[in-house]
Amino acid sequence: MIDYDAGADGIAVIAWNMTERPMNVLNDASIARFAAAVEAAIADAAVKGVIVTSKKRDFLAGADLTELGRSADAATLMASTGRFHALMRAIEKSGKPFCAAINGTALGGGYEIALACHRRISADDPRIRIGLPEVSLGLLPGGGGTQRLPRLIGIRAALPLLLEGRKLDPAKALAAGLVDAVVPADRLLAAAREWLLTDGPQNAVQPWDRKGFKIPDGGVFSPKGHETFVAGNALLHAKSWGNYPAPRNIASCVYEGLITDLDTGLKIESRYFVNCALSAEARNMIRSLFFSIGDANKLAARPKGVPEQSYRRIGVLGAGMMGAGIAYASADAGLEVVLLDTSPAQAEKGKAQARAILDRRVQQQRLGAAARDAVLARIHATARFEDLVGADLVVEAVFEDRAVKAEATRRAEAVLGEGAIFASNTSTLPITGLAEASARPENFIGLHFFSPVERMPLVEIIRGRRTSDACLARAMDYVRCIGKTPITVNDSRGFYTSRVFGTYVGEGLTLLGEGVLPALIENAGRMAGMPVGPLALADEVSIELMYKVRKQTRADLGKEYRGNAAADAVIGLMVERLGRIGKKAGKGFYDYPADGRKQLWPGLAQHFKPLAEQPEVGAVKRRLLYVQSIETARCLEEKVVIDPRDADVGAILGWGFPPFLGGTVSQMHSIGLDRFVAECDRLAQRYGDRFAPPRLLRDMAATGRAFYPA
Amino acid sequence: MTEAFIYDAVRTPRGRGKASGALHGMTPMQLAVTALKAVRDRNALDTSAVDDVVLGCVEPVGEQGADIARVAVLEAGYAETTAGVQINRFCASGLEACNMAAAQIMSGQSDLAIGGGVESMSRVPMGSSGGAWAMDPQVAFHTYFVPQGVSADLVATKYGMSRADVDAYAVESQRRAARAWAEGRFKRSVVPVSDINGLSVLDRDEYLRPETTMQSLAALEPSFVKTGESFGFDAVAIQRYPEVERINHVHHAGNSSGIVDGAAAVLIGSRETGDRLGLKPRARIRSFASVGSEPTIMLTGPSFAAEKALKRAGMDARDIDLYELNEAFAAVVLRFMQALDIAHDKINVNGGAIAMGHPLGATGAMILGTLLDELERTGKATGLATLCVGAGMGTATIIERV
Repeated sequence: MIDYDAGADGIAVIAWNMTERPMNVLNDASIARFAAAVEAAIADAAVKGVIVTSKKRDFLAGADLTELGRSADAATLMASTGRFHALMRAIEKSGKPFCAAINGTALGGGYEIALACHRRISADDPRIRIGLPEVSLGLLPGGGGTQRLPRLIGIRAALPLLLEGRKLDPAKALAAGLVDAVVPADRLLAAAREWLLTDGPQNAVQPWDRKGFKIPDGGVFSPKGHETFVAGNALLHAKSWGNYPAPRNIASCVYEGLITDLDTGLKIESRYFVNCALSAEARNMIRSLFFSIGDANKLAARPKGVPEQSYRRIGVLGAGMMGAGIAYASADAGLEVVLLDTSPAQAEKGKAQARAILDRRVQQQRLGAAARDAVLARIHATARFEDLVGADLVVEAVFEDRAVKAEATRRAEAVLGEGAIFASNTSTLPITGLAEASARPENFIGLHFFSPVERMPLVEIIRGRRTSDACLARAMDYVRCIGKTPITVNDSRGFYTSRVFGTYVGEGLTLLGEGVLPALIENAGRMAGMPVGPLALADEVSIELMYKVRKQTRADLGKEYRGNAAADAVIGLMVERLGRIGKKAGKGFYDYPADGRKQLWPGLAQHFKPLAEQPEVGAVKRRLLYVQSIETARCLEEKVVIDPRDADVGAILGWGFPPFLGGTVSQMHSIGLDRFVAECDRLAQRYGDRFAPPRLLRDMAATGRAFYPA
Repeated sequence: MTEAFIYDAVRTPRGRGKASGALHGMTPMQLAVTALKAVRDRNALDTSAVDDVVLGCVEPVGEQGADIARVAVLEAGYAETTAGVQINRFCASGLEACNMAAAQIMSGQSDLAIGGGVESMSRVPMGSSGGAWAMDPQVAFHTYFVPQGVSADLVATKYGMSRADVDAYAVESQRRAARAWAEGRFKRSVVPVSDINGLSVLDRDEYLRPETTMQSLAALEPSFVKTGESFGFDAVAIQRYPEVERINHVHHAGNSSGIVDGAAAVLIGSRETGDRLGLKPRARIRSFASVGSEPTIMLTGPSFAAEKALKRAGMDARDIDLYELNEAFAAVVLRFMQALDIAHDKINVNGGAIAMGHPLGATGAMILGTLLDELERTGKATGLATLCVGAGMGTATIIERV
């Protein structure tokens, strides 16, 4: 686990080497072994200096989140954090120089150990990432990172790294002062050894332990510090809508801790760390962002026993915005892509869209010109179905019309090999019905991409009634191959994501119809943590499109139609009477002046008379959020979604459901099913059946079952 | 309960609060001493009768630090038995100091006291004393801290005041202040600031811009757009007031209070002590009050403070002949008029801080004196002075001529 090797030259090497796991992590066992090695090196009079490094590809990836998730009480966590701080202080005050030889990625606790060393040298491998990304999981660097980094590089330089959890490559880490030197990988240990034997002895005291130490760049109460905190607090509050305790607590660690000495600062950091670690927000974020998305990316739910498929060549039917995006994402992952449309010119238009995306990346210096050309060369724009020959998979992204799709299916299957998968990117039409046009419905599946494809990480895989396990497994392989995250759902109208997402917009429209002030609705949506207010979203989606979809659904379902009548009425009024059909037309719930920011249409007050007594914003937020969880619960009951983790991952990655709530299922879980059912019963009584908890929830609440372990 | 009477009120002129201002070369100590000496000399006061001097000061650090009130008492040559205390209720400090002095009289624990205040904004700039409110991340989050300018613009947005409304108010304030100076209406209170040789340094308010018009104000850019939009404060304010879509930034240097230097002092005592010392009471203090109000919008406290003081005095807003409300920002006054239904010709009739400036710690005592002078000039009886206060407070005092 930890290799210890004291050399004849007086240099001891402590190397992390957790052979039983994929990566080195900090947990009780590994910290104990590391502590023993540190103590041995300090105690051994023959040891003059110490190298801390790793024998695995990574240096040290951070804390073991499984273990952190189990810790339940503040006192225990406080004690273990305190022990870690004492170990770091022992390194710093041992009188012997310690040098971190960063051979691979050093994140979180891994980098915090490096910070406690007297020098940090990184290998020049550009794949290495260095930083303190804890905030992205609702945590804060609890191993001294909030105290040592600002003392090392200054408050203003450290805060953004801590608050945004940025991970830097060695060159950027050197420029920012996170490491002292970058050397060729094969010289790393030699460089560390050399420093320890030459400059090390005079540098075995940390700057913050020297007399007269001053924080670089001025302290908390310097003019710069004043500006940093006053404006920084507001920006943080504005950006997080006050929903995330971790960034606020990080700011507090730096503010409070840097007014005092390091040891007091570490105590302050521990308090805020424990506060974060025990927060519902951190639990939700760790569960969904780390474990559930991690499991989805690892294809944990992939049907067993199906050999993994590798992809070489795929086809994309329809070179519109979605088709072009899918072609881009696939080519970028190294696949040959046949991008097909009705005419060569149409197909080329799609390819041009891919080129535009690539050009942007080149402009931002995130991609070389040669790499761009290589990706583009893999996209073959064509109008000939014969060019699909040899494709392992075809994604259909043509117009949302059953006849058009059926025609595309037949023509593609005519040239495809027996085992090829045919996938539809429909977002509205049930897959089982579309599969009727297929000669091989067991190889027919839905792959619902999100727009814009190049930025949206989720693919909702829809299993038709006759889709085989093998087809599902192989489709998952494709999604992984292009670097996206798959969730799997069963066939149903709107599938999972569109169906639940629609309830958010619908509730916003209902609130408007009731006379709630539009600004209050929009602000409540964003304060709830949604990326955009429901009315703005309706404008983006197009009110007219929502109108048409609802009309079609009503026609399809007849008496079975269970739509939200109040929302339908608002949509009807906007489209039929007011002709305000959405953003594209320049007028919807908002006005879109050519020369300025969008603004809520003042005429709304006339058509939706504001209530004399407006609701509390908290009540509006609850409605906008709960309606999504209730619909998710229905999807689980109807087995549209099987795995709650898929529901959470889909909510966060698919439509931006707030990560601090962990997703639509995690929200219910954090509230407690008992309480959630009771609250929804009250909402149903007041606002209608769409809030009525389904049987599944009632049963689970009654029998004390939960979607996740505590 | 003993009744508290105002025997005198003095103030220095207000100097522009920058290096080019006439009072920038005078220390805040010299300003405070000027006011205290004037109270003594105008009343031939035996200062051993003064129990306490309460001075407001909002940035009590540096040369305004270390209890400037007590040191000013010594420096002014008062009897060493006179105590001194510096207090801070932000912008209402000067009025609060008078209220505390009055409270000592009313409670029977002092017989004669001075309330007042001092602020050299040119020498000890705003923000010098730091504080947790804006800087401590937990506190800033929990209180939804925004700077006052953004609060003032929020008041205007929420209560429907347009840029034209606030500018028109400012133009009128300038007109009234110029007329008041021209007619000598501040004569009784203003004492010149003189140098060590007795030469006058400043004898009238130097911040006024009587030439101000709607057109000249229209040329000014709103001051808090960048603060609000780029630094996130608008978004923070909207999280507290989610019914607001967007904050309309209407305030600028021309319709907000001016940054100035100055000091003031008000002599307050019991009837018995006044009689003993041969002083003539000018007004009775009927009641006073301070309140807390919602801190993000911050500046709506005056109406609540006024209502509380009115209730304590058994009065109604209509019973007040004249109002003085510190012109921190134009919208603050317009909102106060709206809330209590007060006509413009009953409030700030001689202009206010938009025209003459707002030396933070002193203003409250200054407007109390202005109110009293105007009641006397016009033969009216009752007046109410009030100020909006940082962090969401208001302070008010009701006086009645005797």
